[in-house]
Amino acid sequence: MINLNVNGKAFQVSAEPDMPLLWVLRDLLHLTGTKFGCGVAQCGACTVHLNGEAVRSCITPVSRAVGKRVVTIEGLSTDHLHPLQQAWLELDVPQCGYCQSGQLMSAAVLLKEKPDPTDADIDAAMSGNICRCGTYPRIKKAIKEAAKLQKENTHA
Amino acid sequence: MNKNIQRCGISIQTMGVMMVLLGVISLGLFSFDRAPGGGGAAGKDSAASVRAFAEVYKVLKSPRCMNCHPSGDQPLQGEDSHVHTMNVQRGEDGKGLYALKCSNCHQSKNVPGLHTPPGNPKWQLPPADMKMVFQGKDAHELAKQIMDYNQNGHKNKAQLIEHARDTLVKAAWRPGEGRKLPPLSYPAFLKAWDAWIGNGGYAPGGH
Ligand code: FES
Ligand code: FES
Repeated sequence: MINLNVNGKAFQVSAEPDMPLLWVLRDLLHLTGTKFGCGVAQCGACTVHLNGEAVRSCITPVSRAVGKRVVTIEGLSTDHLHPLQQAWLELDVPQCGYCQSGQLMSAAVLLKEKPDPTDADIDAAMSGNICRCGTYPRIKKAIKEAAKLQKENTHA
Repeated sequence: MNKNIQRCGISIQTMGVMMVLLGVISLGLFSFDRAPGGGGAAGKDSAASVRAFAEVYKVLKSPRCMNCHPSGDQPLQGEDSHVHTMNVQRGEDGKGLYALKCSNCHQSKNVPGLHTPPGNPKWQLPPADMKMVFQGKDAHELAKQIMDYNQNGHKNKAQLIEHARDTLVKAAWRPGEGRKLPPLSYPAFLKAWDAWIGNGGYAPGGH
């Protein structure tokens, strides 16, 4: 049995230590917001937070998550009011939506570490998240919008 | 000739004594030099040192070493040492930036499968304040840089010898599926590295 903390809740799963975290999240815990795109760390669809870092769960063995905090798209906020979620809605960012949970989880790390990101910062943070629908311009805009909202919230 | 020497006031006997003395002094210097250098290989032999570095250099310039010692602020990838996809950056600490930190993809060991991310617990580039660039350096420049305490991550000779035993250095010889090994075996590299540094860490001639 493997003990995990996912989105603030404790779980026990029966899995091999080298099972990818993505399989555990989707198939054992039924948290299907996190997507499988490539399985080899190339697309970013499977991005989740591990102690606040944007790891690619498709190649992260579940053993690495033991004793750490896992956050998936379902746990990004409790009220769907994370500044990124608000900006995403406002700008209608997704097309098919498949890549979007990964995009949001990556963008969340950027905004935490660089509350006022430049275009270069956004490129440095987001170039590993592929969008087959090409929503990149809206993603960039929405990250800037979210940065604004985040600032307003902290100053309110 | 005899006449000339005598004119200088030095007899052949005196010269003989001086030569013996010189020999003793240089022997003393030799053993003094080798003592603090450490590292096991015999004392200073600049020719042997330079010969050994020629072997070392082949390894350091192979993609398995050079790809993480780039001249820019982005890691390199593949046998052709192209810039790492995804716009990955060095970052201050050499461990990447934001959502693209090295360990977000690179695990503590290789991921199975062709061309998947190779792994190591220490996976990173040199930090921004000590870039230790290999790319674009000729043998003379690279040897000088590695022996320079202020450019090599503040390592003395003993620490340099030790560095070749580091897990991240060894990772070059476990490159993951689909990647070529460095041109020397790991034991042959160690032997050349130790001989280079043990013999004084000399740089081959400049241009
Ligand atoms: S599914 Fe993990 S990076 Fe593509
Ligand atoms: S919205 Fe379709 S893949 Fe990004």
